[in-house]
Amino acid sequence: MCMSQEQHTAQARISQTILGNIWENLMRPKASVGIVGYGAYIPRYRLVTQEISEVWSGGNVVPPVREKAVPGLDEDVATMSLEAARNAVRRAEQVCASFTPQRLGAVWVGSESHPYAVKPTGTIVAEALGATPYTQAADWQFACKAGTEAMQAAIGFVSSGMAPFALVIGADSAQGRPGDALEYTAGAGAAALIFGAADEALVEIEGSVSYVTDTPDFWRRPHERFPEHAGRFTGEPAYFHHITCAVQALMRELQLAPQDFAFAVFHQPNVKFPLKVGADLGFKREQILPGLLVNEIGNAYAGSSLLGLTAVLDIAQPGQRILMASFGSGAGSDAFCLRVRRAAPHAGVWTTRQYVQRRVPVSYAQYSRLKGNYVMS
Amino acid sequence: MEVARFWRTRHQRYQLVGEVCPHCGTKIFPPRDVCPACEGEAKTPFTFSGRGEVYSFTTIHSAPAGFEKYVPYVVALVRLEEGPLVTAQLTDVEEKDVYIGMPVEMVTRVLREDGERGVIVYGYKFRPRLLQPEPQPQRELEAAAMA
Repeated sequence: MCMSQEQHTAQARISQTILGNIWENLMRPKASVGIVGYGAYIPRYRLVTQEISEVWSGGNVVPPVREKAVPGLDEDVATMSLEAARNAVRRAEQVCASFTPQRLGAVWVGSESHPYAVKPTGTIVAEALGATPYTQAADWQFACKAGTEAMQAAIGFVSSGMAPFALVIGADSAQGRPGDALEYTAGAGAAALIFGAADEALVEIEGSVSYVTDTPDFWRRPHERFPEHAGRFTGEPAYFHHITCAVQALMRELQLAPQDFAFAVFHQPNVKFPLKVGADLGFKREQILPGLLVNEIGNAYAGSSLLGLTAVLDIAQPGQRILMASFGSGAGSDAFCLRVRRAAPHAGVWTTRQYVQRRVPVSYAQYSRLKGNYVMS
Repeated sequence: MEVARFWRTRHQRYQLVGEVCPHCGTKIFPPRDVCPACEGEAKTPFTFSGRGEVYSFTTIHSAPAGFEKYVPYVVALVRLEEGPLVTAQLTDVEEKDVYIGMPVEMVTRVLREDGERGVIVYGYKFRPRLLQPEPQPQRELEAAAMA
């Protein structure tokens, strides 16, 4: 593996930080943990969002993304999670000789559109992967950061020795009320990460930070079908404040700067927000664009930042460092620093960009059928 | 209703788990504990690869209860790589694009829902293979030509 002088310097700074144990907010496991396999899934249907504008605003609203992914009639968070998880298993089996689905000590699914209100998605995914019966299976909930908080739990789970491997999924079939601003971006997709010991991993976790406050910018009450939101309040006090604070704390405590990262992935509710928060933090567009998928697939909610991460993992090279920051309404952000140890294998599995490029356009009428928006009786 | 049956058959529906005959090696799906080839007892679980080809197909326009919302949809007989013929829905494909011999792979999707309040039944369907079959190595092709 070849590291540039800057990478050497950054690595030395991190080692010093860890030895000195001087961090205050950084979460870093005692035993190194990494990602041994990952996978993405994006359903094939696409709605060009200009159609939404035509239907609900006479074409006056300029859509915040070009198009969005729409699940098929027989797809939900369980099936999309499973597709992504099967891709992660295929990669983990190539990367890590000791990996089998039976050795997964946890199957955790983060989403805000679990198929059941009561009954775990995790058991369906675990059973279909062959990870049952001796495993944890649970559903996580924190709006769009449900998957990344499960990542932090998985890092602790593996580093403590409680399990050799843990599977984390972020997935959503995102809801938005017809005609509402959310409908323009509410997309669909899933991403899965398998955590294991860092010495066999594709990517090592160097640390993470969680930053949360009680900020009601977006919510959905029980039995309600569509979420509500506080309009412009979802921007500055919610998305920007939480991501900025989480990322600044992460970089401060790891003594890293934006130029130490090859890639930066942020939660993607639209095109503008991740580019703006990235610029505010000092990242350049070329660090952000490789993981920016929202213009093609919309906001996959709990799958959003994780899917961006998988797109970056597809192309990242050994020694490169990746920053990822999620955002979950309610509100909070989890920021991660990852360093690539090995290039990812792609035999027998699609890259995230292949899923992005596969597209079958549907009309607004067909989309309404796929989303179950017609009242049949 | 039927929850016990859904539960009992979950492995075959989620993962295509059938059986292999310990006497003659025949792969069996769905599992039936008796080998259809040699009639010996066959209870050894076997997970199929999920790869196969469309053997025949038809389009359903008048669906049985529980499947109405998917109309029209394609149902196919799929010849699995390991031998058995399986009846299943095709998904992620238009009827006009389906042909006999089409390479397909198993996916786990929603089969139907037991009403608004009942369980969601997941199971196998088949879609066109995302990754096309790998070309055979040259040596094997040459060996086949020589045979």
